[in-house]
Amino acid sequence: MEHKGKVWRYGDNIDTDVIIPARYLNTFDPKELAAHCMVDIDESFAKNVKAGDIMVGGKNFGCGSSREHAPVAMKASGVPVVIAASFARIFYRNGINIGLPLLEIGDAVEKIHAGDELKVDTGTGTIENITTGDTFNARPLPGFVQEIAKAGGLINYIKNK
Amino acid sequence: MGMNMGEKILAKHAGLQFVEPGQLIMADLDMVLANDVTGPPSIKEFEKIGKPVFDNEKIALIPDHFQPAKDIKSADLAKTMRDFAKKHNIVNYFEAGRVGIEHVILPEKGIVAPGMLTIGADSHTCTYGAVNGFSTGVGTTDLAVAMATGQAWFKVPETINVHLTGKKPADVCGKDVILTLIGMIGVDGALYKSLEFTGDGVADLTMTDRLTISNMAIEAGGKNGIFPFDDITKEYVKGRVTKPYEPVFADADAKYAQTVEINLAELRPVVAFPHLPENTKKVADIKEPIKIDQVVIGSCTNGRLEDLEIAAEILAGKSVHPDVRCIVIPGSQYIYKEAVKRGYIDTFIDAGCVVSTPTCGPCLGGYMGILSAGERCVSTTNRNFRGRMGHVDSEVYLAGPFVAAASAILGRIAEKSEVK
Ligand code: SF4
Repeated sequence: MEHKGKVWRYGDNIDTDVIIPARYLNTFDPKELAAHCMVDIDESFAKNVKAGDIMVGGKNFGCGSSREHAPVAMKASGVPVVIAASFARIFYRNGINIGLPLLEIGDAVEKIHAGDELKVDTGTGTIENITTGDTFNARPLPGFVQEIAKAGGLINYIKNK
Repeated sequence: MGMNMGEKILAKHAGLQFVEPGQLIMADLDMVLANDVTGPPSIKEFEKIGKPVFDNEKIALIPDHFQPAKDIKSADLAKTMRDFAKKHNIVNYFEAGRVGIEHVILPEKGIVAPGMLTIGADSHTCTYGAVNGFSTGVGTTDLAVAMATGQAWFKVPETINVHLTGKKPADVCGKDVILTLIGMIGVDGALYKSLEFTGDGVADLTMTDRLTISNMAIEAGGKNGIFPFDDITKEYVKGRVTKPYEPVFADADAKYAQTVEINLAELRPVVAFPHLPENTKKVADIKEPIKIDQVVIGSCTNGRLEDLEIAAEILAGKSVHPDVRCIVIPGSQYIYKEAVKRGYIDTFIDAGCVVSTPTCGPCLGGYMGILSAGERCVSTTNRNFRGRMGHVDSEVYLAGPFVAAASAILGRIAEKSEVK
């Protein structure tokens, strides 16, 4: 699947408490979670994010608790794909499982800046930075993970199978 | 190219000849685990799928965290799980009075075996690496789907080789090994990686030591912490595991991302200071005495018979310090009963300890020993995050049973040798 969007750029070790603070965990309503996504480090995100915008982080993105609320909040914000140097393990699983594709590109992430425009193909793992002209390759999502992404998550994928 | 132990288990369960780090695979699961905290939300997700359970013998539902129910909400959680277990005829469901802590009873009852692939909606599911299995913690959706399909997807992790040599001193146990390792590599030292324990030092570690060590792989960020299959494993699983099992062995040319060397002979009893398991210090290096209010001996890390034996030997004929509450929690009904038979429970009660039925209890701040503001606890559990056992201003010091029992008597963090 191809996505084109503007970059919201964050640093290393963005933890799940930052993505969705614990005080908002009394709901599992995606819209409500999205309204508070990233508030503690970037109030403008929830207000200004547009459907299709791409989130880019550094190392160990999504570390901390196993709350699935974190990727749910990001997905409900309209973010179709997240790119990072690396992801924390349980966040990675949960992201894929709820239908939010995650691409790891290591240090190449340094060449993506806030506001850049990216073209991302989650099928091939190709990332084109339209603003700078750089291209990167992430390991493409394998067949079944792509299908999970297309189905909108693991539960739908299993139901349709 | 060779594979290590974890890679072999993953390859086999994915129906592949070979896997390498970074590869994403879909694998068949041998066991799927949930407890009374994570089970109910997974059950809710499971019901959305609209399929029966994939295999009523390969799901384990263990009400251990807040059971026997500590309050109404916990009673509701237990009921959701109980009803589900009945409806789907789940074989490995254990009611209060027959249950124990999940990561104690699954190996004890032979529900997990060498070569098996297990996931659990509990981060300490990594414990079963001790019996040469691959097991790891997951989230709600993973568990729900696994209950319906018997499958989960994995990213094959890189592996750290923890090479053990030598023989440990008499007052050093598995807990000192793992706390020392976490102190060396940090709480994210094994992030997204697996740990494999190798070397001739492995033979010096009892199954209790190994279960403690694998249990805390997650405290270094690890996905799994696996031990080789040897005579000790064989002896342990004999009579417990009734089905055929296939142990795994690392190839001679297996690949590891990194090697960490630990000479067991050089280890000393350690304690992890608040509020991270990596803040390890040798007890002997503590300058100012650290007075304590509570000691907890139990949990999926150190609630096994050998742990109680160590504590009972130190507490025999002694008294718990007047300013200290010492709470002893056997990890399973079997351990509880055996401890009664061997006189350990008498010893604990005579020394002035609280003895509880098997439960997670205070480990995650549930009940049975919650700390007040400013209180300090020496605990044989596995996490000392801020507020883990109660008030945010309380402190948890992680240690093994030698240090916990000695500290209970002296009212401060102490080694066994200090008890006169
Ligand atoms: S004893 Fe503690 S760490 Fe172990 S399963 Fe229970 S709550 Fe979790």
